[in-house]
Amino acid sequence: MPVRVQTEDFDMAREVAALRGSDGRVGAVAAFVGIVRDLNDVAALRTLTLEHYPGMTEKALARIIDEAKSRWDIYEALVIHRIGELAPTDQIVLVAVTSAHRGEAFSACQLIMDYLKTQAPFWKKERTADGERWVEARVSDDEAAARW
Amino acid sequence: MIQLIYLARLREVLGTATETVDLPRDVMSVGSLLAWLRTRGGAWAQELAPGRAVRIAVNHDIARPDTQIKPGDEVALFPPVTGG
Repeated sequence: MPVRVQTEDFDMAREVAALRGSDGRVGAVAAFVGIVRDLNDVAALRTLTLEHYPGMTEKALARIIDEAKSRWDIYEALVIHRIGELAPTDQIVLVAVTSAHRGEAFSACQLIMDYLKTQAPFWKKERTADGERWVEARVSDDEAAARW
Repeated sequence: MIQLIYLARLREVLGTATETVDLPRDVMSVGSLLAWLRTRGGAWAQELAPGRAVRIAVNHDIARPDTQIKPGDEVALFPPVTGG
């Protein structure tokens, strides 16, 4: 399954090994891991809670992978996104792509991540010593997605 | 009847996660649905006001104001996404 939404952590090395398997065509793997930062505009972050829209999330992520596959000659792509309560330094998201050459793998990985940030229905709520607040969407994320 | 789903901050400020509603006969698009929900007043009028950043999905696909709505649809309202 190329798309997984889960509360559990993931092991990038194991996921990449499973993704490329014994496919001798694979000459490149690009993988991106997003991490919860211990940084906040006002106060130290205690927890980050990730919510999503079951049903739409999987469909949106599968469509993003299809978009990357239509643009570049890539073999496999994987997206794992965690939900629930996370803490600073926890892993949030993994995107991994296999291809014959690095260019396709880098580009596809970046497009999938940029589109995920603006199209996949996930929301973050931060809890700090000051209380809770929903994270606001960033214009820079829209700009990053628009360049593709 | 359609099913309405509210997510993330919108669910909290509207105090509603899901509801099943019978739409008036003239409410056939996402735009007219929003206008109809605003007539509830209070937080509904405020949060769904024109210009507010509200995203809508019909049957799990992102919709636009002219997207049609028909009985049996699942319509979700949510803020701009912040995953990743």
